[in-house]
Amino acid sequence: MPETVLSVSGLDGHYGDSHVLHGVAFNVQAGEIVTLVGRNGAGKTSTLRAIMGLLPRRSGSIELRGRQLIGLPPHRIARAGIGYVPDDRGIFASLSVAENLALPPRAQAGALSDGEIDALFPRMKERWASPGTKLSGGEQQMLAIARALRTGARLLLLDEPTEGLAPVIVQRIGQIIRDLKGRGHTVLLVEQNVHFAATVADRHIVMENGRVVDTLDNADLAADPGRLDRFLGV
Amino acid sequence: MSVQILSGQLLLGLINGAFYALLSLGLAVIFGVLGIINFAHGAFYMVGAFAAWGLATYLDIGYWPALVLVPLALGLVGMGVERLMLKRLGGLDPLYGLLATFGLALVLEGTFRQVYGSSGQPYPVPDALQGGVNLGFMFLPLYRGWVVAASIVVCLATWLAIERTALGARLRAATERPDVAQALGLNVPLLVTVTFGVAVALAAFAGVMAAPVYQANPLMGSNLIIVVFAVVVIGGMGSLSGAILSGYGLGLAEGLTKVFYPPAANIVVFVIMACVLMVRPAGLFGRAS
Repeated sequence: MPETVLSVSGLDGHYGDSHVLHGVAFNVQAGEIVTLVGRNGAGKTSTLRAIMGLLPRRSGSIELRGRQLIGLPPHRIARAGIGYVPDDRGIFASLSVAENLALPPRAQAGALSDGEIDALFPRMKERWASPGTKLSGGEQQMLAIARALRTGARLLLLDEPTEGLAPVIVQRIGQIIRDLKGRGHTVLLVEQNVHFAATVADRHIVMENGRVVDTLDNADLAADPGRLDRFLGV
Repeated sequence: MSVQILSGQLLLGLINGAFYALLSLGLAVIFGVLGIINFAHGAFYMVGAFAAWGLATYLDIGYWPALVLVPLALGLVGMGVERLMLKRLGGLDPLYGLLATFGLALVLEGTFRQVYGSSGQPYPVPDALQGGVNLGFMFLPLYRGWVVAASIVVCLATWLAIERTALGARLRAATERPDVAQALGLNVPLLVTVTFGVAVALAAFAGVMAAPVYQANPLMGSNLIIVVFAVVVIGGMGSLSGAILSGYGLGLAEGLTKVFYPPAANIVVFVIMACVLMVRPAGLFGRAS
């Protein structure tokens, strides 16, 4: 029985007056790659933000290896061992590439060394001193993932890592995510691109209107390719 | 016109500029992390001068210890103000922060005026910096030279700490995107509190340095702060190098105006502000957002 890394149950979330998450519940096991899929506005990004404590109001239960995260401020959640890559990548314009990478405090032992980061993300060194936002979109995405890994976090939350990127970069990011799985990392990612999701993930959690409406693995997807389309409605 | 008059006024301008720079730097840093305009900054500067005077008068503690103790103590007070007052205004319209700090400034000034009256309390120039040197073209009082040099060093050190160190990178990140910075594990609320404290300490440091030049006067802060706001606007809201450079530059501009057309000396900063805003609405060094 694999260890449950992240356990979300009865999660409600609000932005001001709008109630965006309704009793969201799912588990992520150690070493698993899980996607949150669904239409725009289904609550995928809000779920990640709720886990990180960035939603103005949230209630329910979010446990990281048994530790309750509801009530903790975002920096304590990050230091508990979650690496977060927001949907806009969160690269700081006023920081150089090197400063962006070195920004988060090391949360846990087992952080990727600078050498391992270099191996995963070659060519980042060449742009070391330039402002983070001068990188291309793909490079910014790599930098954001590298930055999250540098903390030693074993659980990564990636919000649409492939959005707006060229196919060759998307492939590269897929390779990096599979590499991370090989290293024993656990990844929860939001993904609009179902084909990409199917190539990297073990399991897919389907969201609609702030609720989890279905969960399926790649075998289910292969047996019934139409099952996701009902929710995504393309 | 003699070289003496010109250089004398330029020196006076540079001294005013030294205080403008120290205060506008703190204001710019606070505006960056808290998004509020700290109206109480001039009052902290005034309290700094009074604290130096009080240490000398009641406890016989001299200028040099005061230059360290007063910024430390007021920095702690500043952190308390941030934690107890300003933190609670986070997420509200910045106007509330402006009103709260304006009220704090009025309370501080009113209290000191009630206790000490509106005339200044004299504070001696420290013994080591009595007298001056003849530079040939002008006589430089040692204390004034020290004020200019110390302020340049402190401004430069603050700028370097923010722009070139790892701690400064955290501050820049928290300024640019506080939510993302916090989700990456930075304790942004603590960073904001400490930053506010350091900015208040800078104002207190300026106040101690000002005591021998201007005396300790309850109104010294409000006389200065309006010009300092103009300095920050001219430099570009949130631009640290802009705040420092325009601080000295506008001090010099005032000095020059005193030589060539004295009646305009009090308004020249605001005329420059109006002109700059017409051409560059984000200020000289500001990034248009």
